[in-house]
Amino acid sequence: MRLFAAGLLLALASAAQAVQEIAPASAGVTSADQKIGFEGARHLLNRAGFGASDSEIRALAPLDRAEAVDRLLAGTRREASLAPPAFVEAAFVPYYRVRQMNAEDRMLALRTRLQQAFELRAWWLHEMAVTPSPLTERMTLFWHNHFATSQQKVRSVPLMYRQNVLLRREALGSFRTLLHAIAKDPAMLVYLDNAGSRREAPNENFAREVMELFTLGESHYGERDVKDAARAFTGWSLDRDTGEFVYRRVWHDHGEKTVLGRTGRLDGAEVLDILLAHPRTAEFVVTKLWREFVSPTPDRAEVARLAAVFRDARYEVKPLLKALFTSGAFWAEAHRASLIKSPVDLVVGTLRTFGIEPMDFRPAAFAVAALGQSLLQPPNVKGWPGGESWIDSSTLLGRRQWIDRVFRGAEAMNASASAQEPMAAPAPREAMRRTLERGMRTYAFEAERWSRGVEHGLADRRAHVTSLVLAMAPANPVPGGDDEESLVRALVADPVYQLR
Amino acid sequence: MRTTSRRAFLAACSVLPFAGSAALAGVAASPTRKLLILVELKGGNDGLNTVVPYADPNYARLRPRLAIDRDQVIKLTPGVGLHPSLEKLVPIWESKRLAIVQGVGYPDPNLSHFRSIEIWDTASKSDEYLEAGWLTRVFAHSPSPAGFAADGVVVGSGGMGPLAGRGARAIALANPEQFLRNARLARGEGESRNAALAHILRVERDVLVSAQRLHAQKTFATAFPAGQFGNGVATTAQLAANAAGIAVIRLTLDGFDTHAYQQARQQNLLRQLGDGLSALRAALIEIGRWDSTVVATYAEFGRRARENHTGGTDHGTANVHLVMGGTVRGGLHGAAPALDRLDGEGNLPFAVDFRAYYATLLERHWHVRARDVLGGQFAPLDFI
Repeated sequence: MRLFAAGLLLALASAAQAVQEIAPASAGVTSADQKIGFEGARHLLNRAGFGASDSEIRALAPLDRAEAVDRLLAGTRREASLAPPAFVEAAFVPYYRVRQMNAEDRMLALRTRLQQAFELRAWWLHEMAVTPSPLTERMTLFWHNHFATSQQKVRSVPLMYRQNVLLRREALGSFRTLLHAIAKDPAMLVYLDNAGSRREAPNENFAREVMELFTLGESHYGERDVKDAARAFTGWSLDRDTGEFVYRRVWHDHGEKTVLGRTGRLDGAEVLDILLAHPRTAEFVVTKLWREFVSPTPDRAEVARLAAVFRDARYEVKPLLKALFTSGAFWAEAHRASLIKSPVDLVVGTLRTFGIEPMDFRPAAFAVAALGQSLLQPPNVKGWPGGESWIDSSTLLGRRQWIDRVFRGAEAMNASASAQEPMAAPAPREAMRRTLERGMRTYAFEAERWSRGVEHGLADRRAHVTSLVLAMAPANPVPGGDDEESLVRALVADPVYQLR
Repeated sequence: MRTTSRRAFLAACSVLPFAGSAALAGVAASPTRKLLILVELKGGNDGLNTVVPYADPNYARLRPRLAIDRDQVIKLTPGVGLHPSLEKLVPIWESKRLAIVQGVGYPDPNLSHFRSIEIWDTASKSDEYLEAGWLTRVFAHSPSPAGFAADGVVVGSGGMGPLAGRGARAIALANPEQFLRNARLARGEGESRNAALAHILRVERDVLVSAQRLHAQKTFATAFPAGQFGNGVATTAQLAANAAGIAVIRLTLDGFDTHAYQQARQQNLLRQLGDGLSALRAALIEIGRWDSTVVATYAEFGRRARENHTGGTDHGTANVHLVMGGTVRGGLHGAAPALDRLDGEGNLPFAVDFRAYYATLLERHWHVRARDVLGGQFAPLDFI
């Protein structure tokens, strides 16, 4: 506890120092104990959550940085606020049984699975849109991307749900606990092939990725380490009928192994502890968090400082995030609007910022998939690469099209048959298409209702609305006049709306 | 002022299909850069079960369960045959327009998907980190003719790969018609010192330029296979049919990371590959572009020679690649997999540096000096 406090003091001290270093470059920066104001609160909420409404921002504006961050971290949840779809409690159907079915039943099982995956995605997006704890969902998504696992290979939506519950429980909990739990997580055991790994022929997939993508990062281990770690994880398997973790003693290689210079009759848990003891692990995770929350270009000295905070806190996530969110770099002018919104940021952020309350979240699940972020189905074990790669000519046009539909209001909703179909999903039947379109109508932006919720009596309302919608000044000229609806349409169509 | 130009642009878009084809007439006559089509076999295709060394006794020894049955192999030479799912490639082989390049790899191989494809995409050394894709460097160094619709088009998504980074006019699209429909929402104005914003503005500009020059109305007699890869092939053919040039098109067949249950999965994937390449050839012949096009496969790595315990294969090193086109010299190139000379990890030595594979495409197909792009001298092979 004292260590933890000391780490925090150290963190605050160097944060103050970092502010001093950054301050000369950008005059208007407030120092750490001043009120963060509307712009600051908007920045914090948009980075730590998904968009934010005018009233949410105003509630944080009178606080200073530490107060605002404390409030953000104090109220975080470890469970979803919405009840999950009923099917997640249904009995686990092992894939080998599906393989034994006749063609017709197999097709039915496949359809059911795709349908359930779709509903689970919609449920998660719904949670992101309504949760009182958006930081929990952002971190759950961060860990989903870090420990990327795809239902396409896992082929069981209940297992994907169980993993999602784990990621949420430890989202702001302990990385140590999470790493140990994910190594035994049934969906992960299937996804990285460890479930069938036995001493006669260890499967290297999990052993390699746990080093490269979950802890150390590339070039901090050798092929020998992979091979021996793979032997240590042999026998970490699944009960094929219940889908629960099971340790198969006879499959385990009990011999001596050497991983990162440590030799012994290592088992999987000991290998994970070796990885956690390596200083690179904290740096690797912090670097990723920097890209998520601060800027696309991690600062080495700051990463090293934050990594020390993370290790001193025994891999507890909250103290690390507190240090990150109170760092000078997080608040630096130069880093505002430096991150490209993910499809989830764009879609959920738009709903939260503009108070849109859809009746059905399947169209949102459809949209984020079409824009390149099919939840529960990352492209590979490295997750979504993010950053500039979110935006290519195809996805940029898709984003514009989605925004166009939402902000042209109800009349546009009826007209367009969506051309956005995620490539991996089977062509939805006509009934599904109609359902999606009916659902999409409830995404229409209601300008008047929204305007009433935005603070009144301000001297420059246009400037206020602009700073609510955009993270920096718009790139294109916006129309003049009093029509707030056309102002909003111009702002969301601006390229800057793609930034956070 | 800028409002006016936007209005002018929207006006141009409303007549886009016509404007596009009319504007092209002038530049269509002689595209000076021939078309290259790259097919990524993502996940690391198992080359040993694609082009099968069926006569090598080590093959059956290393793969007691996974070896393709000798009777099933489509025999091309006394030692080498194709996976039975690739039967549609046989006519191309027989017409001597299918080159099989064996043993493609690089020194100090990296067995991570991500690092190894990065090495392939940037044509770097194993321990070198380069920013831009190798094709981006080609275009930065030697731009395509001004009238081209784009330097490169990535079909589908999944990253820009060899076209990543600044210096190339590259776009990604899944469906050309939808792309043209949506292009009306782009603006393509302005500059920014914010790197993220600058990226978005650059993408907008590339969209506009391409949209003004592309069309997608060609009706093919060729039948394209169903499925995602078949759709990608159809899109590729549609793009190749454009009068406004495109220098390179990249499409992807994903799913080759067969650590488990390889047999059924690879069989399905190779079926899609063989049928897709065969349809692509027919389409290119139909539009008169077979002789000015080269199609070449690539992947991050091959797979381990010895099968694993879960009916699959782990990450490996050297791999076989396929090249086809009207000017391709068919036959076997490179060197047969040395199954008797596996390294300490059980991996194959390479015979052809992947940069020599690229150098062949650059020098023999595009007449570009490979050295300027690849950062070293790599002698081209004779497959073109």
